[in-house]
Amino acid sequence: MTECESIEMVYEKHVLKIKIRGDIDHHSAKGIREKIDSNIFSKRPAMVVLDLSVVEFMDSSGLGLIMGRYATSKEIGANFLIYKPCKRVKKILELAGVERIMEIKGDDDNEEK
Amino acid sequence: MKKSDNHMKLYLPSLSVNEGLARQAVASFIAQLNPTIEEISDIKCAVSEAVTNSIVHGYKFKEGIIYIGVKYYSDRTVVIEIKDNGCGIQDVKLAMTPLYTTDTTGERSGMGFAVMQTFMDKLDVRSINGQGVRIVMTKKLS
Repeated sequence: MTECESIEMVYEKHVLKIKIRGDIDHHSAKGIREKIDSNIFSKRPAMVVLDLSVVEFMDSSGLGLIMGRYATSKEIGANFLIYKPCKRVKKILELAGVERIMEIKGDDDNEEK
Repeated sequence: MKKSDNHMKLYLPSLSVNEGLARQAVASFIAQLNPTIEEISDIKCAVSEAVTNSIVHGYKFKEGIIYIGVKYYSDRTVVIEIKDNGCGIQDVKLAMTPLYTTDTTGERSGMGFAVMQTFMDKLDVRSINGQGVRIVMTKKLS
């Protein structure tokens, strides 16, 4: 199913980990953004980790989603990091120069499937 | 004019749920050419950007029809045409500037055309203000 909007959020030791499943496009971003923001504002973590390890497709709407969540995190003073984007997702992140503003971790291990 | 080897025409309502469908349909069609994973990914992304633009900007969430035409030639060139009858673009050059967006919510990255330009070999955008947008993108597969 490509329009899956499922996200798993785990809050532990002041870190909010958000794992996104499925494609990130304009349609799925709609459902995800408010869920993430409400958790950021209610939990007020010290760090927000966006786990993209199982995301196989992302377009520029995903960039908007990421940049918006980065802004929300900064608003509450939290650090923000992107975890394990696959090669295809990384291509879009690099196009936007995202690595210049935010941390990306674990992308060396996520080999092309 | 050269005749294409194969073509497909799709008409979809401007519903955001159809963004994924548009990507999958085009990807399925070009699968006939055995593209690389990267080529499929690039084309899916470019299609997604164009269709999303029609939905978000062209029709601004009102209902309209988006036309997607795909064809390929014997030299493995893929040509994708995406058209809508939405509000059109007043200044195409300005619209295509990276990071430019008319969105005010702060959620749109303004990178749609930059993605199309980077992931495809050629991009042509025509619009008559008030009468929709026609995008033609070309990519030659390896």
